[in-house]
Amino acid sequence: MSAQPQPRPDPAERLAAAFRERRARLPGAGLAWLEALREQALERFRAAGLPARGDEDWKYTDVRALARRLAPPAAGPGPVAEDAVRALAFEGLEAHRIVLVDGFLVPGLSALGALPEGVTVMGLAEALAREPQALAPWLRLPEGADGFTALNLAFMTDGVWLRVADGVALERPLQIVHLRSAAPEAGAHLRHVLTLGAGARATVIETHAATAEADVLDNLGCTVALAAGAALDHYVVRESGAGLCHVGRIDVRQEAGSRYVSHNVTLGGRLTRSAIQVELAGEGAETHLYGAYVVGGRQQVDNHTRIEHRTAGAVSRELYKGVLDGRARGAFTGRVVVHPGAQRTDAEQANHNLLLSEDAEADSRPQLEIYADDVKCSHGSTVGELDETSLFYLRSRGIDAELARSLLVYAFASDVLERMALEPVRVQLERRLTAVLLAGREAEGVI
Amino acid sequence: MLLEIRNLHVSVEGKPILRGIDLAVDAGEVHAIMGPNGSGKSTLANVLAGREGYEVTEGEVLYKGRNLLEMAPEERAREGVFLAFQYPVEIPGVSNVYLLKAAVNAVRKHRGLPELDAMDFLKLVKEKIRLVRMDEQFLYRSVNEGFSGGEKKRNEVLQMTVLEPTLAILDETDSGLDIDALRIVSEGVNSLRSPERAFLVVTHYQRLLDYIVPDKVHVLAGGRIVRSGDRTLALELEKRGYGWVLEEAGLGAGAGPAA
Amino acid sequence: MSSRSQQNIDALLKRRYEAGFVTEVEEETVPPGLNEDIIRLISAKKEEPEFLLEWRLKAYRHWLTMREPRWAHVRYEPIDYQAIRYYAAPKQKERPKSLEEVDPKLLETYEKLGIPLREQERLAGVAVDAVFDSVSVATTFKEKLAEHGVIFCSFSEAVREHPDLVEKYLGSVVPYTDNFFAALNSAVFSDGSFVYVPPGVRCPMELSTYFRINAANTGQFERTLIVADEGSYVSYLEGCTAPMRDENQLHAAVVELVALKGAEIKYSTVQNWYPGDEEGRGGIYNFVTKRGLCAEDAKISWTQVETGSAITWKYPSVILEGDNSVGEFYSVALTNNRQQADTGTKMVHIGKNTRSTIISKGISAGRGQNAYRGLVRVAKSAEGARNYTQCDSLLIGDRCGAHTFPYIEVRNRTAQVEHEATTSKISEDQLFYLMQRGLSAEDAVSMIVNGFCKEVFKELPMEFAVEAQKLLGVSLEGAVG
Repeated sequence: MSAQPQPRPDPAERLAAAFRERRARLPGAGLAWLEALREQALERFRAAGLPARGDEDWKYTDVRALARRLAPPAAGPGPVAEDAVRALAFEGLEAHRIVLVDGFLVPGLSALGALPEGVTVMGLAEALAREPQALAPWLRLPEGADGFTALNLAFMTDGVWLRVADGVALERPLQIVHLRSAAPEAGAHLRHVLTLGAGARATVIETHAATAEADVLDNLGCTVALAAGAALDHYVVRESGAGLCHVGRIDVRQEAGSRYVSHNVTLGGRLTRSAIQVELAGEGAETHLYGAYVVGGRQQVDNHTRIEHRTAGAVSRELYKGVLDGRARGAFTGRVVVHPGAQRTDAEQANHNLLLSEDAEADSRPQLEIYADDVKCSHGSTVGELDETSLFYLRSRGIDAELARSLLVYAFASDVLERMALEPVRVQLERRLTAVLLAGREAEGVI
Repeated sequence: MLLEIRNLHVSVEGKPILRGIDLAVDAGEVHAIMGPNGSGKSTLANVLAGREGYEVTEGEVLYKGRNLLEMAPEERAREGVFLAFQYPVEIPGVSNVYLLKAAVNAVRKHRGLPELDAMDFLKLVKEKIRLVRMDEQFLYRSVNEGFSGGEKKRNEVLQMTVLEPTLAILDETDSGLDIDALRIVSEGVNSLRSPERAFLVVTHYQRLLDYIVPDKVHVLAGGRIVRSGDRTLALELEKRGYGWVLEEAGLGAGAGPAA
Repeated sequence: MSSRSQQNIDALLKRRYEAGFVTEVEEETVPPGLNEDIIRLISAKKEEPEFLLEWRLKAYRHWLTMREPRWAHVRYEPIDYQAIRYYAAPKQKERPKSLEEVDPKLLETYEKLGIPLREQERLAGVAVDAVFDSVSVATTFKEKLAEHGVIFCSFSEAVREHPDLVEKYLGSVVPYTDNFFAALNSAVFSDGSFVYVPPGVRCPMELSTYFRINAANTGQFERTLIVADEGSYVSYLEGCTAPMRDENQLHAAVVELVALKGAEIKYSTVQNWYPGDEEGRGGIYNFVTKRGLCAEDAKISWTQVETGSAITWKYPSVILEGDNSVGEFYSVALTNNRQQADTGTKMVHIGKNTRSTIISKGISAGRGQNAYRGLVRVAKSAEGARNYTQCDSLLIGDRCGAHTFPYIEVRNRTAQVEHEATTSKISEDQLFYLMQRGLSAEDAVSMIVNGFCKEVFKELPMEFAVEAQKLLGVSLEGAVG
């Protein structure tokens, strides 16, 4: 970062200028619809600016820190050691792997392997060059998009397009690895599009592990479209270094009988703002949102979810658990909206938090907005300490107080991980968690 | 003397519950503590194990000649004090087998013994689990979570047989057990009887004492031991109820603070 | 819902709002609109001391800098604050010295509302302050209360008789800067009730204020201040009604409670302002700021039954400043037809071992929109704080809305905060079961709804609980369908 004291122009204007200078070189340049979208998004960004703290949706996130990290994307990927990528593989998991560095797909680090017939995986930039019309329906400025989402659509440099044809199953998971080189303060503005045809199945694992300690912003958008009966297991694991600010928004649309399962785990990063919006548009659609955030130091995590039950007979299950140490701040805002006519909706939502230190803070806003009467909706939220009785029970069996406490914290958090179907991912995250919470003690026996 | 309780007074939230208990238990003995509801039986058991919320206002407890009340709960456990809980605690997310292994090795380490490796440990546990006739699957479930009342009590006895305590305190282990479970639990306890080990069996009913035969029986009422005797005292209590003991002690039937 | 039971319930629904009559009485008003002159005029009419006028003007100037809040889950046309009359009072020769001098029409009005003020008919054990539009017309049992050192009078009288107490506590819990409506109230408030209970005194009877809006195009801006000195106890009730009119009327009240060390204040409200008609025409906008401050070992308990008003916007709150203080909030809010409610509470834990309980029951029927909004904040200093919140919603019909928006902010790790919410409807099975046992559809609904609200009703003083149950029956008529 520049140490010169000269005043910097307003970030919004700086970005607008960078956009004008850059737009002819952004992927898909020359496509009229895309250029219009980018222009529209930039206008939205200039009009909306960055969310202010008075904004109810951003009540618990200090955007001033983010504002300083606002920067146009890099021109291309910086160098990253191959070891760094290898270290991110999940032991015992065979996956199709795509690696993105600084917001760009790097084929040399990726290992896609053979894909079954009916499955397309390619970079967004490449897709815009080869099949722009196939992508057009999925690239839209969402209604009420905030400044970050607008910025993402204006600048998106790359991303991953996964398309699974009707009835096709992608048996091996697709792992999308996000890395940062030791590049400057450039922001990364990525967009993934995951579309599954009727009855299709896939598993996608997003790993965020910025190797550099750089003070940077990752701004990620993701569109998920599940046709009737499709099923997607979507893992997002954030283990970035202490400098990374991660802003992500996932928009999911589900048709009848489809199933979306999200595992959203935040262990690293300076600031994480994660938003997941799910539209349950078809009868019998089912969505499961599971989240764990285990952070300390000065880390901030702000999880937002919004589930729109637009149709009768859809099911949503949500469980977010937070463990906050040091001066960490964890926030959860989850809204379940049951629209008129969405009878027989079955929605459960829960958020539980543990505060481990005197300076940690937990904020929780579980919300229900219900416009139909024949529904089963409930939510619960707790913030508190470990249960004294459980602690005593463990100690009365000879386990020292410190370990007993760690064990209970581990048990509290692992409740979320246990719901992961992919064992290698679960086991590795459990190990990561034991390393953090038990400082490696007794690691083996716990799992 | 393994355990010596002298003039022990204990209050809970400022309210006196135990008002001067004297009790001496030698290695190899089985003592039954009986008494009506609210007499302070569970308080005594919990205080010995070091549970928070119990304030010792007077008196002392010596265990192996050391001041037991000064020791942390885990230290007591490692020194061989085991409490079988009246209401075993459910701990979601912590597996039974993990708890057992961590506990066994904590005790072994304390005693200067090498820690058991996974193989030896499993061998040991599988041997013990047969004793309480529990399915091995229970080992891999979360501690007490979703267990029936009888399963929880058997799990307590399993932990006891694995940890091989010097002083085992059974807090109403018979409550909520059917006759078969009672027999299984008693067999587990009896298998542990030895000249080095003592038992403090807290119970409301004498029925358990048909299976675990005590050397001494004490009646606790109004926070004091109002009568001590041998096994026949328990039989007499079964026949005649608690009323007569309380009257002789000048307490009147049903007297005594609620626990 | 079977069509037969629906018909039964529809028939029941058509009952009218019984408090909707107008009292023909000559009123003295000020011209519509708000400016410093109007404020000076109100202050002069009330013969107020200088400090109060200054305070009003400061509030007004601050209000001018504020914007109307928009975050609540309610919708309404913009309010023209210059079209409202900020003062209306029944014309009286002199300030009445006794009940005999009060206009009989006013006494009749209260009788019709079931609040007899005349000596021989008074409610036993309940002292009443009757507020008609902008002024208090009568306060009963004053002498009896004075024997115990309890001051219970209209706010205007308190300003005249006990200016030191008013100056000390006015704005101490809800400063005039607090929010848009509180600032407006601070500038123009006309009357209300004042209570002071001396140290160690247990107030010998229930105190209550009955608020009546009568004049058209008039806002009501009352202000209530209750101070319970150390170790004292008082239970206070308020009731409210208004005539049926096609225009919306604004009611922006402020209530401040001060519970000093070891004191306890129990504050109950049965709010039955005119809710508007089935199409949403008319009705009261009930935008109210209520807050209590607890010193050490003090306790404040809010109980509210909100069945009236076109829009309800209120969050009776407790600042738990003193160690070991306790805050409670029990609420039943019902919205039928086009009514909207955004109501809940704030429990701010500052002192050690502070405890709060929130029980909220929302009932939505017709096209009603009912939102619970509540904040539980545990400050860093609030070692050992505890909160338990239970929010239940009952939906009757598929065109209404039930919403729950809790805010939980915890900065102390030893705190335990627990929030639970459920949503249910009256099932056909339940209705059938009760009807099969011989109950009519409406009795069955009423029974289920009352059962749903039981936890809150049991917090109300007996007479009010009965009143509340009746009110709920009336408000729900025709709601099932």
